[in-house]
Amino acid sequence: MNKLILGRYFPGDSWIHQLDPRSKLLACIYFIFVLFLANNWQTYALLWIFTLLVMYLSGVSFKTYLRGVRPLIWLILFTVFLQVLFTSGGTIYVDWGPITISEFGLTNGVYIFCRFVMIVFVSTVVTLTTKPIDLTDGINSLLRPLRALKVPVDEFALMLSISLRFIPNLLDETQKVMDAQAARGTDFGEGSLVKQMKTLVPIFLPLFVSSLNRAEELANAMEVRGYQSGEKRSTFRRLTWQKRDTLCLIFMLALTAGLAFLRADGSILH
Amino acid sequence: MKKPLVQIENISYQYEDQASFALDDVTMTIYEGEWLAIVGHNGSGKSTLAKLLNGLQFPKEGHITVCGIPLTEESVWDVRKLVGMVFQNPDNQFVGATVQDDVAFALENNGVPRDDMVQRVKTSLEKVKMESFLNQEPHNLSGGQKQRVAIAGVIALRPALIILDEATSMLDPRGREEVLHTVRELKSNHNMTVISITHDLEEAAKADRIIVMNKGKLYREGTPEEIFQMDEELIALGLDIPFPVKMSKLLKEKGIWIDKPYLSEKELVEELWTSHFNR
Repeated sequence: MNKLILGRYFPGDSWIHQLDPRSKLLACIYFIFVLFLANNWQTYALLWIFTLLVMYLSGVSFKTYLRGVRPLIWLILFTVFLQVLFTSGGTIYVDWGPITISEFGLTNGVYIFCRFVMIVFVSTVVTLTTKPIDLTDGINSLLRPLRALKVPVDEFALMLSISLRFIPNLLDETQKVMDAQAARGTDFGEGSLVKQMKTLVPIFLPLFVSSLNRAEELANAMEVRGYQSGEKRSTFRRLTWQKRDTLCLIFMLALTAGLAFLRADGSILH
Repeated sequence: MKKPLVQIENISYQYEDQASFALDDVTMTIYEGEWLAIVGHNGSGKSTLAKLLNGLQFPKEGHITVCGIPLTEESVWDVRKLVGMVFQNPDNQFVGATVQDDVAFALENNGVPRDDMVQRVKTSLEKVKMESFLNQEPHNLSGGQKQRVAIAGVIALRPALIILDEATSMLDPRGREEVLHTVRELKSNHNMTVISITHDLEEAAKADRIIVMNKGKLYREGTPEEIFQMDEELIALGLDIPFPVKMSKLLKEKGIWIDKPYLSEKELVEELWTSHFNR
């Protein structure tokens, strides 16, 4: 559990930490789209410079980011190998039935590897530098236009914030239940697959039941404090859009322009 | 002389899947500014009573009036503004992501404007002495601290009545003392009314009045002195008596005459060390 870097927050005070969660989320999503504009080594170099700059600005050590990529490395390598083995074109180095290793295949493989790693890096920057509660606020605020379509955005945001708030409690409880069952003689992680699955039942059932109880108590506590779903509420938390947030988005546009300029055919559209 | 705040008239309540009544023809009055302790064994109907007072459930028969407002499905949200409630489990009633969000939750629900909200969150956290924990997350707080935050959340709304529904039963002795001290101070400074539903008899002994519930009925009502005089009877009801009362009783059996039941250790000690001179 402790190895998982994705979705964790590292407290800090860097330039990126101080950005508004909305601009960070928007920039991250935008970056993932813009990534697909790259089609030659110059554009990839530009994207790498940008990614590394953002990582440097976040003030989190490079090692931490590498740990973020580690759980995904097999998935990335698998995709890269598929690309390398099944793409043909350009100079062909190996030709062995349907499997070919070609010039195009190799470059495509490298490009895909870069894309994957950059996406992971940039999204890790967002989660590492934003508190979960700020992220929730950011998502809530970005989804707000959907209210016009009768999407219950506030309820969704409340659910998100309550789930995040209960994660440590549930982890604690899982540990307690596991210890309690182990004290009664359950062996975890031993025996055949079926046997291992069976040992999970005495963990999941109590957890499920206690979650239901928790939910009921929480619902009571919320109702007593005057919560009515769908009713107009005022909000305590407030996000402030600063100059640096505008700067961040301008930066993203500059990146797009740079990519368009360096692209092989020179235009954004194929 | 004493102004009634809550009036409960002949209420009965039955849970759907149960044969017996959880509350059976209960009538009581709660007066302004008093500290009322409701005691009783498990299943005596104490917590059901608390839920009825807040409109979480509605009685099958009878009426409840809070501050002059008859409690009905329409008036329930108005009544909830007047009645604050602190529940037993410190974790399961913490809604906010951080301390200040949790205190602000009830204010948000009532549409309090933000500037006012910031001020009220700050002052109510100061009152429970948690002002230095503004941005802490719940899993970093102790049980007693979480309950104090819950109290801050209640007083931010400035209710007329606070119900503590076994609010200290999951705390260690120190946390319990902290929480009760906080509520006692708030009560005396702001002339609030407190209903404390409890198993803790030391806590009940410090109340102005005690109501004993048994099997859904109001069994007895009186001052702590009166209630704890019925010692054998209380034990038969599945309750206990506070340590000083027990001690006095044992001393009496040993032939040491103590003329009245003392409810606090301090009073008992006072009596014991002066009794030698009076002999």
